[in-house]
Amino acid sequence: MKYTEGPEIRDTKAPEGPIEERWEKRKFSARLVNPANKRKLNVIVVGTGLAGGSAAATLGELGYNVKSFCYQDTPRRAHSIAAQGGINAAKNYRGDGDSIYRLFYDTVKGGDFRARESNVYRLAQVSVNIIDQAVAQGVPFAREYGGLLDTRSFGGAQVSRTFYARGQTGQQLLLGAYQALERQIAAGTVEMFTRHEMLDLIVADGRARGIIVRDMVTGEIERHTADAVVLATGGYGNVFFLSTNAKGCNTTAIWRAHERGAYFANPCYTQIHPTCIPVSGEYQSKLTLMSESLRNDGRVWVPLRKDDKRAPGDIPEDERDYYLERIYPAFGNLVPRDIASRAAKNVCDEGRGVGPGGLGVYLDFRDAINRLGRDAVEKKYGNLFEMYERITGENPYDVPMRIYPAVHYTMGGLWVDYDLQSTIPGLFVIGEANFSDHGANRLGASALMQGLADGYFVLPTTLGDYLADGPFGEVDEAAVAEAELKVRDRIERLLAVNGTRTPDSFHRELGRLMWDYCGMERTEESLRKALERIPELRKEFWENVKVSGTAEELNQVLEKAGRVADFFDLAELMCLDALVRTESCGGHFRAESQDADGEALRDDEAFAHVSAWEHSPDGEPVLHKEPLVYEYVKMTQRSYK
Amino acid sequence: MNLTLRVWRQSGPSDAGRMVTYRVEEVSPDMSFLEMLDVLNERLILEGDDPIAFDHDCREGICGMCGMVINGVAHGEQRATTTCQLHMRHFEDNATITIEPWRAAPFPVVKDLVVDRSAFDRIIQAGGFVSVPAGSAPDAHSVPVRKEDADAAFDAATCIGCGACVAACPNGSASLFTAAKITHLSLLPQGQPERLSRAKAMVDQMDAEGFGGCTNTGECTAVCPKGIPLDTIAQMNTDYLKANAK
Ligand SMILES: Cc1cc2nc3c(=O)[nH]c(=O)nc-3n(C[C@H](O)[C@H](O)[C@H](O)COP(=O)(O)OP(=O)(O)OC[C@H]3O[C@@H](n4cnc5c(N)ncnc54)[C@H](O)[C@@H]3O)c2cc1C
Ligand code: SF4
Ligand code: FES
Repeated sequence: MKYTEGPEIRDTKAPEGPIEERWEKRKFSARLVNPANKRKLNVIVVGTGLAGGSAAATLGELGYNVKSFCYQDTPRRAHSIAAQGGINAAKNYRGDGDSIYRLFYDTVKGGDFRARESNVYRLAQVSVNIIDQAVAQGVPFAREYGGLLDTRSFGGAQVSRTFYARGQTGQQLLLGAYQALERQIAAGTVEMFTRHEMLDLIVADGRARGIIVRDMVTGEIERHTADAVVLATGGYGNVFFLSTNAKGCNTTAIWRAHERGAYFANPCYTQIHPTCIPVSGEYQSKLTLMSESLRNDGRVWVPLRKDDKRAPGDIPEDERDYYLERIYPAFGNLVPRDIASRAAKNVCDEGRGVGPGGLGVYLDFRDAINRLGRDAVEKKYGNLFEMYERITGENPYDVPMRIYPAVHYTMGGLWVDYDLQSTIPGLFVIGEANFSDHGANRLGASALMQGLADGYFVLPTTLGDYLADGPFGEVDEAAVAEAELKVRDRIERLLAVNGTRTPDSFHRELGRLMWDYCGMERTEESLRKALERIPELRKEFWENVKVSGTAEELNQVLEKAGRVADFFDLAELMCLDALVRTESCGGHFRAESQDADGEALRDDEAFAHVSAWEHSPDGEPVLHKEPLVYEYVKMTQRSYK
Repeated sequence: MNLTLRVWRQSGPSDAGRMVTYRVEEVSPDMSFLEMLDVLNERLILEGDDPIAFDHDCREGICGMCGMVINGVAHGEQRATTTCQLHMRHFEDNATITIEPWRAAPFPVVKDLVVDRSAFDRIIQAGGFVSVPAGSAPDAHSVPVRKEDADAAFDAATCIGCGACVAACPNGSASLFTAAKITHLSLLPQGQPERLSRAKAMVDQMDAEGFGGCTNTGECTAVCPKGIPLDTIAQMNTDYLKANAK
């Protein structure tokens, strides 16, 4: 796949001056909208996860006229609900040396120096307000006997700054946002559209002015216009078919916006989570994450010898390899996700993996149970153990869990400036859907923080500044009609093929290909193969897919087909991005770029930039680089040894 | 394993609906229940049939989107389990399995096994929240909460809004769902200011949606995948009575 290079992105709109003062400065310079005018300003928010739910609720509270959309039957089911482990905040309630600066530092370093300093600093600043807000809403965080909030330390952090609600932190935070949203729906400031899927963005006179959606129950194609559009549609990990994401997670909304002019940044940055339940068979439809908080007490190991088929309990201590503790004595089982994942792949590649197909490693609680007692372990991890037993039929109190890495999070997403605005004026992107804060690797418990920071605190300010110029008047009818027609055409095309393969069978094949060629380890050769194979498969899809039923009814096959079609196009850009970035960084591991110990080797000379891709209708994407400057955190090669 | 499925098929709200029998073969005991239906659906699509519509998303028991009545029991016989977490190893080879949607007047069928549960959102809209606009909150440590209260509030807050309680209740009552939210918020200091008005508004909305009354049969807790306890309903009734006495 060919590409060309366009001008660099020089201005990210981040204010100048000391980093601690930038957000204050921006808040002060952002123009305010007169309360009487707010009611005349219409905002569309697509997505009701932590980012979209909190944004829609807050914009409603501020008095804007909001329309909120999600594909589920109620906003409360957004994929954020599944987050287990917790949410970071620089509260320093433990007095263990945490601070805003340390959270900022850890996030920049964890992201392997591929995130924007100004954004990350703001995230760390705002993190403290999130916890206050959630507690006031009645989010039942874990507490200690003194009545104060409990925290724990989480993958990659040496301070205890992760707030949690048993293993259901995402659920409880999302219900907080959902309830705030329902309150606004009742107040009439937010109009809710459930079971509606966004299928295109309306751009008129250079501004994002609305969306085309399909009512998933009746099949009706609807147009909704507004003064600004906010996308909070989550990540695109399902491009791999198997991932820990919910089945409906998709790239459609952001991909269509990309086709309309929004740059797509760092599409290849994917996070592979080290602790998931391994695949059990061909029919597997998704993978289940075991919270990595388990790594606080579980010890990861494989047999020392290859092809050791003994039951784990029969393998004596000196024939086990606790490889993370051995290779990374300072961090042990708590090394960041990318490192833990790759280490698991390496030992399995050596033939030391356990379970079906040798694709698994043990996560063992024997020592924790001996040290803390079974009750204490059950208190901490009871629901996770139960979940594991339900799926595998094995009891982790007696036999060690088997885990294997799985696709989990996508750091890439639509490019946004400091204001969270994309390259299309009036199109704002928040939460996992944007690329902003996590660089090449996200630290555990930081996605919930980012989603809520964006939605409750950042967007409401920066969007106000944009809307201060509004309302923007009637939307050009031709632009709306063109977008609608495009959506209708595509649906008709999908239905007309009437071939012999289901959308799912194509999705599985694409996912397999992405996992093999653009997964945990990427090489020039594998990526070139993928770039050859994807267009062939896409061609076959458009000639041979079978979509049953009609467009005018609830049709889950049609929904699926549309999402798979977009995954093909995204997959191609991901592979191209991975091919062009010949360095390794964070979750992006190019086998050609590693040090003598097999660790990721960055190339700061050539790649200390964000790769922002512009779509071009003739198919040759244009690469724009946003240089990354580190004024505060000195760039070093990460070492967790 | 080989199975016979009897599945409720209904093309839309105006269709009367009927049970249709399907044979599925070579089912692996490690499959989830929904994966077994995926396999059947793949076949139906290729045969030019309409695949069975069912709701699902997270497939790990937390989003509350899935839900079917399996052999007469909401979410199936395994306790404290959502449909998506149910695995085929719990069924016998050559078994016949009946699969139906939630049945309750306030949950009309949309298609096949998909129902409309928006009544639940309207119950929350009536008062299932604490009124705190973003940015107005005091420091999180300014109000300590007894651990026991926080834990009990959490237990009630784990409701996933699936609707199994309604489907299982002979009266089609939404009491367990409504009580779970009322209990969650009334156990916390943050929920106190609106405690009574919340209980009143939510219970009134529940009645307005056409859900039945609670006669303490306990069928709801028995099928609830999150084990929401029945005594939350007592808590709800107490708050509701107090609110009405005011
Ligand atoms: C299993 C799991 C565990 C995790 N645990 C943690 C954790 O412990 N801590 C942490 O910080 N992070 C965790 N994460 C990551 C985190 O949960 C997500 O990154 C985050 O919740 C994403 O939130 P969001 O609001 O951006 O998007 P989502 O919550 O994914 O919401 C997307 C919304 O967009 C809507 N939508 C999508 N496409 C369309 C469309 N085309 N049309 C209309 N609507 C659409 C959906 O309906 C939904 O409402 C976890 C992720 C997974 C998968
Ligand atoms: S109370 Fe239980 S059964 Fe009822 S909606 Fe909540 S989780 Fe589902
Ligand atoms: S699909 Fe989410 S709970 Fe079953």
